[in-house]
Amino acid sequence: MTGSNNLKENIIYGIFLVLGLITVGFVLLISIYLIIAGLPAIREIGLIDFLFGTKWASTAAEPKFGILPFILTSVYGTAGAVIIAIPVGFFTAVYISKIAPKWVRTWVSGAVNLLAGIPSVVYGLVGMMVLIPGIRVVFNVPDGATLLAAIIVLSIMILPYIISVSVTSLDAVPKSYEDASLALGANHIETFFRVSVPAAKSGIAAAVVLGVGRAIGEAMAVIMVSGNVANMPGIFESVRFLTSAVASEMSYSSGLQREALFSIALVLFLFIMLINACLNFFIKRGQKLH
Amino acid sequence: MNKFSALAFAAVLSVASVFGAAPAVAGGTVSTDGSTSMEKVIGSLGEKFQLDNPDIAFTYNPTGSGSGISAVLEGRCDIGLSSRALKDDEKAKGLKPTVLAYDGISIIVNPSNPVKDLTVEQIKDIYTGKISNWKDVGGNDAGIVVVGREAGSGTRDGFESVTGTKEQCKYRQELTSTGDVIAAAQGNPNAIGYASTAAVGKTVKTLTVGGVEPTEANVKNGSYVVQRPFILVTKEGKALSAEAQKFFDYAVSKEAAEIIIKAGAVPAAD
Repeated sequence: MTGSNNLKENIIYGIFLVLGLITVGFVLLISIYLIIAGLPAIREIGLIDFLFGTKWASTAAEPKFGILPFILTSVYGTAGAVIIAIPVGFFTAVYISKIAPKWVRTWVSGAVNLLAGIPSVVYGLVGMMVLIPGIRVVFNVPDGATLLAAIIVLSIMILPYIISVSVTSLDAVPKSYEDASLALGANHIETFFRVSVPAAKSGIAAAVVLGVGRAIGEAMAVIMVSGNVANMPGIFESVRFLTSAVASEMSYSSGLQREALFSIALVLFLFIMLINACLNFFIKRGQKLH
Repeated sequence: MNKFSALAFAAVLSVASVFGAAPAVAGGTVSTDGSTSMEKVIGSLGEKFQLDNPDIAFTYNPTGSGSGISAVLEGRCDIGLSSRALKDDEKAKGLKPTVLAYDGISIIVNPSNPVKDLTVEQIKDIYTGKISNWKDVGGNDAGIVVVGREAGSGTRDGFESVTGTKEQCKYRQELTSTGDVIAAAQGNPNAIGYASTAAVGKTVKTLTVGGVEPTEANVKNGSYVVQRPFILVTKEGKALSAEAQKFFDYAVSKEAAEIIIKAGAVPAAD
């Protein structure tokens, strides 16, 4: 009896191990493939010319492969989205977690979750139909497909992530902290901002980093609203992100152009690794605090 | 335990289905090589051909018109695909062009735009940035928003070679699908774009080019100039294999015309 139980345990253990290794295997496979596929073009173009070149003309007779416009656009676009989404997301999270009556909380959280579930192509489509003409009229520019449009779309897309992770960490603040603060004579708002938020701060930081990761990796929505021309970024300029640079040319590319697209993907991958490392750092620090 | 063994079984099955799906083909092959712009037309023709002749393997290698032509010349494929007319020196080498279809490219603007017609020269100047205001071509006093397709797109390649604007276009938006270009022209009163004629609907206004409308008949007889031929290239005097001949006959047949229309081109067969 014990023998068969042991065997059962071992088989189950084995299955879990294999399934776990499959995931690790995929990550390794993708990383190795990206490095192998991405390096040749960088070597051929030259790292400095590739990363700091300001001109991208991949199908010209004398092709130019400078991706600085894409890198800067991705950085500016993500930063812009985060700057808009942090205050909105943060205050929404505090409201949902600490202030809202129960029924409001249910409704607002439901809406936030729904926002997270909307496919990015829908964001892109709505952006194209509503936001782009809107920006054109409001700011009186010739065309609304700009970095600004991409920033607005991205900020709405990352809101639900920032809100729901922040709410989780605010909910996790022990009630005794808040009770103590209230007992000492602080009012509710003081308690939330002086006690609850600092206690949840690493979770909120993780939420922001998660939002950054989501924004920098988004391709579909930005490709539809940013105009997608390889210009140096400007708020009313038509721009192309790292992601959209890969996505827009991949389908018809060949030769060095294709290899260069893989190199862009590699650069993007490194960015996202960096962001993940930050995320782990904040989460680890959060665990130490509690 | 049951749950886990079922899971393991499912995992094994899914892995097997990925690796076990090698095609088993007994008959001959038809290899085509060339223009990336013809992908949709050749792809749909090949799909239907394959369905009717399951024992013949059909391949399409999207390399570009130039390399497709040299592939036929060097005997590396059965049929070459070119989305431009053959040059004289290519014909002199014994290559035979057969026009499969025509690809018309419509110039589209917002329905509110008063401009009705542009010459090829005007289109060129607009796309290269020489003309940047609609009033210079008889429209409102407003900046022109130039919309086009991404580098490598067949439509862009076709448009730029016909208008002679290769590598000189100053785009405001480079979009990745025909639908997006149409939506952009629909959404911006000052936009101009180009799209495959078959895809353009009533949501945007199609301009005449030099007074000629991009109708099927005008594309076919060549009076509408923003168009290019889709050509099957074969070698003069060298018989195709039975399988390749079968595909060739099918592709230029009336039966195939419907598929070509669905793929967005104007079939050459009557």
